[in-house]
Amino acid sequence: MISFTLNGQKTDVDVPPEMPLLWVLRDVLHLTGTKFGCGMALCGACTVHLEGSALRSCITPVSAVEGKAVTTIEGLAPKEAPHPCQRAWVELSVPQCGYCQSGQLMSAAALLSAKPEPTDDDIDTAMSGNLCRCGTYPRIRDAIHRAALLAKGGRP
Amino acid sequence: MVAPFLALVLSQAHPFDDVARVLLHPRCVNCHPAGEAPLQTDASRPHHQHVTRRIEALGTHCTACHRPNAPQGVGLPPSAAEWKMPSAELPLVFEGRSPAQLCDQLKDPARNGGLSPEALREHMAHDPRVVWSFSPGPGRTPPPLTHPRFLEAFEAWLQQGQPCPKEAPKVPKSKAPAPAERPR
Amino acid sequence: MSLSRRALIKSGVAVGGGLAVAVWLTTERGKGSAELFAPNAYVRIPAKGPIRVVVGRVEMGQGTATAAAMLLAEELEVDPASLELELAGADRAYDNPSLGFQLTGGSSSTVTSWEPMRQAGATARELLKEVAARRWGVKRSELTAKLGVVSHPPSSRSAPYGELVGDAVNVTIHTPDLKAPKDFSVIGKPLPRLDAVEKTNGNAVFGIDVQVPGALVAVLVRSPVPGGTLKSLDDAAAKVMPGVKHVVKVPQGVAVVAQTYWHARQAANALVVEWDAGPLATFESAALRDTHRSLMQDASKRSRVRDDGKADDVLKAAEKTLSAEYFAPFLAHAPMEPQNATAHVTATRCEVWAPTQGPGLAKEVAARITGLPLEQVVIHQTFLGGGFGRRIGQDYVAEAVEVSKAIAAPVKVVWSREDDMRHSFYRPSATHALSAALEGGEVKAWRHHVCTQSVLLQVLEGFVGGLLPQLPAAVKQKAADMAKKVVPGRDSTSYEGADSVAYAVPNVAVDFTRHEPLVPTGFWRSVGHSHTAFATESFIDECAWALGKDPLALRRALLTKHPRHLATLERVAEASGWSTPPPDGRARGVAVHESFGSVVAAVVEASVAEDTIRVHRVVMAVDCGRVVNPDVVRAQLEGGAIFGLSAALKQQVTFREGRVQQSNFHDFAPLRLHESPRIETHVLPSDASPTGIGEPGVPVMAPALANAVYALTKRRLRALPLSLSEAT
Repeated sequence: MISFTLNGQKTDVDVPPEMPLLWVLRDVLHLTGTKFGCGMALCGACTVHLEGSALRSCITPVSAVEGKAVTTIEGLAPKEAPHPCQRAWVELSVPQCGYCQSGQLMSAAALLSAKPEPTDDDIDTAMSGNLCRCGTYPRIRDAIHRAALLAKGGRP
Repeated sequence: MVAPFLALVLSQAHPFDDVARVLLHPRCVNCHPAGEAPLQTDASRPHHQHVTRRIEALGTHCTACHRPNAPQGVGLPPSAAEWKMPSAELPLVFEGRSPAQLCDQLKDPARNGGLSPEALREHMAHDPRVVWSFSPGPGRTPPPLTHPRFLEAFEAWLQQGQPCPKEAPKVPKSKAPAPAERPR
Repeated sequence: MSLSRRALIKSGVAVGGGLAVAVWLTTERGKGSAELFAPNAYVRIPAKGPIRVVVGRVEMGQGTATAAAMLLAEELEVDPASLELELAGADRAYDNPSLGFQLTGGSSSTVTSWEPMRQAGATARELLKEVAARRWGVKRSELTAKLGVVSHPPSSRSAPYGELVGDAVNVTIHTPDLKAPKDFSVIGKPLPRLDAVEKTNGNAVFGIDVQVPGALVAVLVRSPVPGGTLKSLDDAAAKVMPGVKHVVKVPQGVAVVAQTYWHARQAANALVVEWDAGPLATFESAALRDTHRSLMQDASKRSRVRDDGKADDVLKAAEKTLSAEYFAPFLAHAPMEPQNATAHVTATRCEVWAPTQGPGLAKEVAARITGLPLEQVVIHQTFLGGGFGRRIGQDYVAEAVEVSKAIAAPVKVVWSREDDMRHSFYRPSATHALSAALEGGEVKAWRHHVCTQSVLLQVLEGFVGGLLPQLPAAVKQKAADMAKKVVPGRDSTSYEGADSVAYAVPNVAVDFTRHEPLVPTGFWRSVGHSHTAFATESFIDECAWALGKDPLALRRALLTKHPRHLATLERVAEASGWSTPPPDGRARGVAVHESFGSVVAAVVEASVAEDTIRVHRVVMAVDCGRVVNPDVVRAQLEGGAIFGLSAALKQQVTFREGRVQQSNFHDFAPLRLHESPRIETHVLPSDASPTGIGEPGVPVMAPALANAVYALTKRRLRALPLSLSEAT
């Protein structure tokens, strides 16, 4: 039995310790907001937070999160009070197909908590691990700047 | 002309030679690059995904992808505990160093991270990333010596008082330029 | 494409799952129930709760759901943002009128929704007004409808739509007229995407997210060479692995069925399988270009698909000619969501949940495999994690149905990224030979010879062909007609864009030679245009340089009879600052191309560092007719640019001994954020009917970039992906 905190809830799973966190989330706990894209940490669709930092769940054995706090897109913010990134993403219509966006948002949220007012260069560095086949990158860049403003309570 | 010179050099075995052969191998150089970006593959090309050491301060650590006990294979991230690059303040550059330069740097606490010979020995023997590099799995060439053989060579070098090869250049190492045109 | 609006109004729509019947109507009768007014296929108005728009095209990122809601809302007189989205399953009511079956592709969604969605809204609105008119004893013409409320201003009475629903089934009206464009209040104004919230909080359900109670997960091991067959299987080790429930042979390979994807994948890796490689066993893509070259020498294999003037004679006699050969590789679509489908087959029913571009095709596939009549097959539509043409194929649906049938339980088949990369329907590789006669400072003749596979013929012969038995006679006839046109080597999807080259050259000849190496091919975002435009727009640039003319000025001079081309070209010229020098170390390249009824021009600003090409800025302009949602149009251009640049800079699929060599995103890489340029988009105003937007942004990118690289380096890159270390 492996225990960890998932979106604020204590969670126990009876799975092999080497099973990737992604498949524990998706196929055991049926929390499907976290996506499978490549299985090799190449695309970032599976990004979650481990203790607030980005983590690629597809290559992380679930044993690695024992006793730790995992946050997925479902737990990023309460539905009635979305994260500034989620608000900015909706305002700027960032998603197209939307499949990669959970991972994009988790990476962006980790960036903003580490650096509340990131530069373009910071965004390039922090976000280039997340692929988007629809090509929403220009909007992701804009939305992160927008989210930084929203987080400050700004209404430009 | 070159061949006889090489033969002469090769015949003059120096205690640091075997150490340098390992430390200047892509498995070591890739995490000790001259630029801001870690290197990848046996070709030591800059890390895909635009990774630089700055990412550590931007919400995504090297360990976001480089996880201990993760599956290994071609294209998969190397997997060992505490995966990270040296800091910008103390970059511990191996890339582009001659054996003599590397040797000087390695024994200089001001440039080696303040490591005593004992601490260096510990890094070489037990650091999980170093341990990984000698058995890097499919698709990555291990260094030319096995880990035990390397440790013997390293120990011999320590025991002999960390002697360095002679042909150290005149330019101060701190001015050693990063390779040009590496994406930041 | 113009569609008679009346021809598209259909009634008798499935409210409870029954089959829809198409009837040509001149009057409209309220339908549905007292609780749910369902006057047509596209709108559901409940007595209580939000109104739903039924999205008949699949939503794969192109924004069709938002556009459909806007079109409906314009006439229904509701706030489009208040509408809930309902994704239509397989139902003949949602057949694509341009194709005769239910498919989303060909940049046709807005084109084919433009009138039906508005008509659906207008009909529903007038039926509700008729209810109010009768209830209040007033004339319908005295009533107004706004924001979901019918009002009678003279008597100050009003009723929200929900209150009128109960009587709506009892009224009949004449088919109402549609608003004049000058009265549009929704169409043409930007609206945030209606699916954005659920796509940012984890709620959106893609195919891979479908949870059917009791469903197991299957992974398949397929022949590494497409078309290969199973020779031997040793599943002893796999069968006893934890979580594994079944190992079954299906026509597509060997399926390992387990509790979770991970359990299934682990066990699949433990299978010992031998394959008979089949006809592609010796296929080497490295040899393809030489094969194309020798085939193109054989006049008997050549079809002349355009012949204006006497191009051959003029070229033969010309003193100055220019010739160049271009090459495009195989490409995979690599949508972010790996292929998948969930199926539950019982003796009397088959249910499928799939992220498919062709729900109607999925239904045919499921019916064929199960032997069930179509009425007992239900297809549930989900969001698609990208399509790009890949999901026109129904292979994942067929697999899920086969496996569910074999194990008599619900199952979700999930592909790995490697499966997707190696078992796709690839954009065919193509070789283009072009020649021009350049005399008196002008292009006097233009000859373009394309050698590639025929996507359409392969699809018709193989894929759709297998489905035809159950399709109605009219559709069968349509497909047969399509196939007939293709057979003599005239599959326009192979040379589209080459035959329609717009430049005013007096002598133009376009030839097509079909080469069929049996590589599975399919429709890849912008299809033939994805490679033909690279050839035509690179070659016109070469002509300009050879004539000593500015590449944009030559295009302008040769496009005077094509106002849409000219307008887009002028717009990007102005917006990019074409007449001013680019920033230091950069150069600009231009391209303009018509596809799917729309014209796109682009200027790309690029630099070169060592052998690395970097794109800094893209300026695009489009004429796609009247625009429903300008923000979605912009997004499609941005996405098209990055899709096109990814292919231009990085991507190719290669085969050795019939095996795809690429496997995942490290060796088939889309652009990443740090490589993504600034993109400026300009949407030209137009009163014409809408034309395509999902694909037309792609074709211009490779040639515009190659032209920029030439301007900067004087090296002409004629092979994709563009590489300075292997210039041809």
